[in-house]
Amino acid sequence: MDFSDINFSLLIASLIVAATPILLAALGELVAEKSGVLNLGVEGMMIFGAISGFIITIETKNPWLGFLCSSIGGILLASIFAVVTQIFRANQVASGLALTLFGLGFSALLGQSYTGLKPVSFPDMHIPILADIPVIGIILFQHDFIVYFSIFAVFLVYYLFRKSHFGLIIKAVGENHDSAHALGYNVILIRFFTILLGGALAGLGGGYLSLVRVPQWTEGMTAGAGWIALALVVFASWQPFRLLIGAYIFGGITLLQLNLQALGLEINVALLSMSPYLVTIGVLVFMSARRNKNSLEAPKSLGKTFFGL
Amino acid sequence: MKILKICSIILSTLFVSSFAIASDMKVGFIMVGPLDDHGWNYQHSVGIKAINEAFGDKVETIYQENVPEGPDAERVMTQMVLSGADMIFATSFGHMDPVINVAKKFPDVKFEHATGFKTADNVSTYSARFYEGRSVIGHIAGKVTKSNKIGYVASYPIPEVVRGINSAYLAAKAANPDVEFKVIWIFTWFDPAKEADAAKTLIQQGADVIMQHVDSSAIMTVAEEAGVFAYGQASDMSEFGPNAHLTAIINGWGPYYVKRVKEAMDGTWKGKQETFDGIGDGMVIIGKMSDKIPASVRKEAQDLADSIASGDIHPFTGPINKQDGSPWLADGEEADIGTLLGMNFYVEGIEGDIPQ
Amino acid sequence: MLKIEPRKNRSNFLEVSAPVIAVILTMIFGGFLFLSMGKNPFEAIKLIFWDPIMSPTFSEYSRPQLVIKAAPLILIALGLSFGFRANIWNIGAEGQYIMGALFSGSIGLALYPLDAWFIFPLMILGGIIGGIFWAMIPAILKIKFNTNEILVSLMLVYVAEQILALASISFLRNPEGLGFPGSRDLSKYPSASNPELIANSGIHVGVICSFIAVVFLTYFLTYHRLGFQIKLIGQAPKAAKFSGVNVNYIVIFCLGLSGGLAGIAGMFELTGPAGLINIDFNVGYGFTAIIVAFLGRLHPIGILFAGLLMSLTYVGGELAQFMLSIPAAAIQVFQGMLLFFLLSTDLLVSYKISFNLGINNSNPKSKSE
Repeated sequence: MDFSDINFSLLIASLIVAATPILLAALGELVAEKSGVLNLGVEGMMIFGAISGFIITIETKNPWLGFLCSSIGGILLASIFAVVTQIFRANQVASGLALTLFGLGFSALLGQSYTGLKPVSFPDMHIPILADIPVIGIILFQHDFIVYFSIFAVFLVYYLFRKSHFGLIIKAVGENHDSAHALGYNVILIRFFTILLGGALAGLGGGYLSLVRVPQWTEGMTAGAGWIALALVVFASWQPFRLLIGAYIFGGITLLQLNLQALGLEINVALLSMSPYLVTIGVLVFMSARRNKNSLEAPKSLGKTFFGL
Repeated sequence: MKILKICSIILSTLFVSSFAIASDMKVGFIMVGPLDDHGWNYQHSVGIKAINEAFGDKVETIYQENVPEGPDAERVMTQMVLSGADMIFATSFGHMDPVINVAKKFPDVKFEHATGFKTADNVSTYSARFYEGRSVIGHIAGKVTKSNKIGYVASYPIPEVVRGINSAYLAAKAANPDVEFKVIWIFTWFDPAKEADAAKTLIQQGADVIMQHVDSSAIMTVAEEAGVFAYGQASDMSEFGPNAHLTAIINGWGPYYVKRVKEAMDGTWKGKQETFDGIGDGMVIIGKMSDKIPASVRKEAQDLADSIASGDIHPFTGPINKQDGSPWLADGEEADIGTLLGMNFYVEGIEGDIPQ
Repeated sequence: MLKIEPRKNRSNFLEVSAPVIAVILTMIFGGFLFLSMGKNPFEAIKLIFWDPIMSPTFSEYSRPQLVIKAAPLILIALGLSFGFRANIWNIGAEGQYIMGALFSGSIGLALYPLDAWFIFPLMILGGIIGGIFWAMIPAILKIKFNTNEILVSLMLVYVAEQILALASISFLRNPEGLGFPGSRDLSKYPSASNPELIANSGIHVGVICSFIAVVFLTYFLTYHRLGFQIKLIGQAPKAAKFSGVNVNYIVIFCLGLSGGLAGIAGMFELTGPAGLINIDFNVGYGFTAIIVAFLGRLHPIGILFAGLLMSLTYVGGELAQFMLSIPAAAIQVFQGMLLFFLLSTDLLVSYKISFNLGINNSNPKSKSE
């Protein structure tokens, strides 16, 4: 078999791009889950971000504004979820599913007159000097702003939970909301914040899909990316850096599969496509079996409604 | 619940008469996806417009998008018939069994099913010989490629798709003996991100012409950015890639729809018909050819299309061997329709396997 | 400022009026949505909520259809509700539904074209086993390793979907299907089909089964020891442990019940309305059922009504779409609104909401600024 057709540095560079939407969305979900909120509406927030960003980019011809608005779109949708689950105390799983349904419908409705249009292209930022390094330059330093931002955001989230006081509070809320409440923290307000942050990142991920990765608007274009993001958070066992690696593995498996096919290799696509999920279950079991390392387990209050006192 | 009832009673008394529209005939359409997908479903909506233009107020058209291929399709069609539809067009392969079931219940209603293989006294099928169009774009691809590598993004390994790959390959090979096909199966009809990834992969592996048998326009957009060529699928997609767009295989349902509705009105419509039309009948339309194609090649492609249309050339004419080298068609022999409809093998020269 | 307290006694009046309020709110907001699209809002809402039940043109057909569409939702939601009561979160019913269909379908297809009475019961058994098998994975992992069942069951949905895709293009593919994906049509195979019980209504065994399940599980929840224990675990987990409830047993029971019911729903859908296994055999019943379970307040009778309401928005939504050319997306938005309102108004039923304006309240710790 002739592997010379595969340009590995290009392959890695494009898997970084391919993984960016799910990386962003998963990062937002990670923060929300850390505070004990399971928002299954990632898909809905992503697609709503995709259309919001797309409309603004078409209307203003400014992709930067577009990305800003895709975040705002994500926040808008997330705020519905926040109100329903935090103020009206509705069940998170059911509300998240409803949010996905709503987001898919609403985005399709808004996007009806925006199919067949092409957004202004979003330029790559070649980082001076570094971009010219052979191989590594192509892989790492010739991307667009959002790719750099997504990696930066991973560091930021890492810092949040490792070093900052606020991160500790979020974790406390996610582990046991009753004791956090007893300590005087406003559980509802903190969860409101993490939900909206999750929405902002999911929306941005969606915007990246419609503005850079595909780039066009089509109804239902996220095609399940939000669900993959949910799996990714678990795969990463709520660790930001594992999330980064996980996103590249998830994206990488798909791209590798496509590359091998293009070489004419016979591969079992179904088996390969289900492998990330099986590995995720394996990781979950492994993490929960090692009871001594608490930090690697799911937040204890995940998905539970806080009713206050 | 009382309040609800009272409300509804008020509503129902207020608006009862609004559905009475005086038309001779009511025609219903069901689509598997959204109307504005710029691909498969969109072309059926163009067909609906053709009906509206041809008959005006005489024919009322109704449609429903996003009808899944299963029991939901059966319900939607039944409700359409109950609402007074005299004729139903079901536009996706998976609507096949639902069509047969509903048709049995309403023998007086006429049904038309796209791409299926089951008919009845009141059910006819229609499909297009898209492979004729694939032959033409295959020829163009063979001529314009510099790298001699042609990428092909395919959906599911079904005869329709395999037929298209073979047809395109044979024409490209005839135009350029050095040509090589790279096929990626993505196992979905519609996933813009995955289609884009597949196209990018093919481009990275050196393909400079990308063909597609999936529905979205993502590949065209990717090709435009990468500076390679691609073709419109089902619709003209040049707005997504003004430089990349070589031409398109356009599904021309309009003339067929108008013809069948007219027959239904005249009382000459027949069931059990299996229409399988190609370029000659206008069901497969070769779109506007781009200036990027050399004029001589444009002419060759047009000539090829014309010869296919007139029946002088059949895209599958022997000698053709199967992939494993065993003979399929002898010299001058044309493929029979049965083999074409059930095609599950590559022709000789294509590398790789059809996934099973 | 805002104070929320659990009600001592759930108010019966609110229990009934909360969903009505939610529906009315949806009608108002949805009405504006339709109005903004230039459609007559009254007509659209009438088509969605009224015509499937009462219109002379459609109701004769739509009434049984409502029940048929609701049946799998009710069956799955019933199973899920038990786990939800005990804080056992199976959100992978979609996967269990698929596996139920695959297991029963494999049995039926393997025996094709044998004509025997035992095939259909064997397939029902296969459906149950398939669903339980898929649900036992998160159950056992939870018991053995304390693995989070929400996440495992969700992951298994993706795995099941891939197996379904694989099956429909390879080992279950119809050999006479001209190479198209999808299995033989089981509804045309008499020994394996799930026929209409009442002519032309489409009502099949699965529908009857879901009604029986409602009655049986209502009884079970109210009178059986296990039903009591499940309620106890949900309300007071510590008390439950002290009183000797075997939590592991409850986990197995709840996941098994929901898996089995989802599997059987998949089986009935496969052998009846759907007929064949195909790549998009699953249309999200497993996920919608989660919403149905909550709309029904986790009570079997409530789930029955919630399932029917949900099904009404589908069937009526279709009418509104093709009668008024309302895009499918608008109906989706409308459904989403209805769900949000229904989920939100639940608060009115279980909790008392009061405002107090900064006057020092009894609980010094509740800061709500």
